[in-house]
Amino acid sequence: MRARVAAWCFVAPALFVIGVFFFVPVLAALAMSLTDFDIYALADVRNLRLVGLGNYVQLLRTPLFWQAFGNTLYFVVVGVPLSIVVSFGAALLLHSPLVRFRGVFRTALFAPVVTTLVAVAVIWRYLFNPDYGLLNYALDGVGIPRVDWLGDPHWAMPAIILFAVWKNFGYNMIIFLAGLQSIPPPLYEAARVDGASAWRQFRHITLPMLAPIVAMVNVLTIAGYFQLFAEPYVMTQGGPLQSTVSVLYFMYEEGFKWWNLGSASAVAFLLFLFIFGVTALQLRLTRWQYAP
Amino acid sequence: MAVCSVTRGVAGLLVNGLLLGAAMVTIAPLAWMVSVSLMSPGDATMVPPALLPRRTTFGNYAELFARAGMGRSVLNSVVLTAAVTLVSLLFNVAAGYAFAKLRFAGRDRIFKLLLGALVIPAQVAMVPLFLMLKQLGLVNSYGGVIVPAMASIFGIFLVRQYALTIPDDLLEAARIDGASEFRIFRSVVVPVLTPIIVTLAVFTSLGTWNDFMWPLIVLNDRELYTLPVALASLSREHVQDTELMMAGSVLTTLPVLLVFLLLQRFYMQGLMLGSVKE
Repeated sequence: MRARVAAWCFVAPALFVIGVFFFVPVLAALAMSLTDFDIYALADVRNLRLVGLGNYVQLLRTPLFWQAFGNTLYFVVVGVPLSIVVSFGAALLLHSPLVRFRGVFRTALFAPVVTTLVAVAVIWRYLFNPDYGLLNYALDGVGIPRVDWLGDPHWAMPAIILFAVWKNFGYNMIIFLAGLQSIPPPLYEAARVDGASAWRQFRHITLPMLAPIVAMVNVLTIAGYFQLFAEPYVMTQGGPLQSTVSVLYFMYEEGFKWWNLGSASAVAFLLFLFIFGVTALQLRLTRWQYAP
Repeated sequence: MAVCSVTRGVAGLLVNGLLLGAAMVTIAPLAWMVSVSLMSPGDATMVPPALLPRRTTFGNYAELFARAGMGRSVLNSVVLTAAVTLVSLLFNVAAGYAFAKLRFAGRDRIFKLLLGALVIPAQVAMVPLFLMLKQLGLVNSYGGVIVPAMASIFGIFLVRQYALTIPDDLLEAARIDGASEFRIFRSVVVPVLTPIIVTLAVFTSLGTWNDFMWPLIVLNDRELYTLPVALASLSREHVQDTELMMAGSVLTTLPVLLVFLLLQRFYMQGLMLGSVKE
């Protein structure tokens, strides 16, 4: 009995914090998304009215919301595969028995992950500068015409993707590296005895053994990339021509610039539902793939 | 055999060369940041751009503290990071241990609920959380950043995974000796959990230091800005001052890089544990 009381003492503080400051707000967000909570309601709650699905209907009629959704989708669809391929390639290189100074390389490739997103976004804004940015000097060096990275609506999102891959690939690289190290060496030895080439070993041992990890990394990375916010906030402020407004950037402006808090809650919920749907779909596909 | 060792040599050169190239790509922007932060104003935007300072100066840093008020932001970041890390460590370690080793009604169901909630992005809670903290008078204060961060599902999960490996005999032996549950926690459990506590401390402190969206929402006064928020605001006003902005970036990101370099082992361990599925 005393042990049970003690157990509750151990979990109660954390559960209280998570319950009050996470679960309650999530439920409240759902409720708020059904109201017209705006700056007038902020001043006096009596101005609050229930609007049902009005916010959602209104959002689906707002071109900027669709643009933000499309921009975010672009970021995810191009950024995630690119990021995962780079992570995987880097992990393979680091795993090679021929590597010298493995620890140094691992640390160097991982360093961007721990840096402060805002600080490195500021750096890259200068690297992307069309006139004196180092990136365009590098392009000059190899004879490719200069690009107005963050000033051209067609290039701004690719530039942000490039930056995001640089910042994030190290994280998944470490997970892949651990996966590679956990493959039992006898598998490769047996394959070598059978005369399998390096490519065939990769194709028939490495890839299948890592498939579950790739699937997990995919789910987590997609969910993370949907939460794009600080990059456009710092590098482009959503521009040029709103080509880098992301869903969360839209939510931030809707909620904390225009104080349409009901509508902002609806945006957050739509994003959550979408991420949830994509995740569920992926898990279903993965399970279906491994079904006997 | 000779052919084999030649191809091995070429392969080795290729692998190491590619890694060197990749490492240069990841490190170059950071090195450029440090170099430009030491340049005199205007030097970074010459044509062609200088890579190294002609004359090393700490003037940009002095300017940050004297005119841009970044000293105050350094203090805010340090205080908030320390407070969040200490409190959340206490709450998460206690809860993680209880979920792993103590029995109480509904334990497994509550834990499942918490795990399920991991799929909900934190931003979903932000709007009502803001209103709630406004009611509590915590908006635009340290409390607004600290209070919602006092416990985290991820932290509880991380500690629980590690605490599962504590042998029950160890706890039973202490109980038979008549030690109270709190005493057992303090003198048996915490020492065993030290590695994961350090790991979680590194994760939490880096995460709090780097956090941007929530401090941006909940802190309105420049006086209270954390370094990332102050840097973002500074960069909107001083776009042209490349050297000043790079000094600000160094100030913001160098502390976390140093902590990472010192405690890398613990960080990587947490990354592994955190990404392992149930």
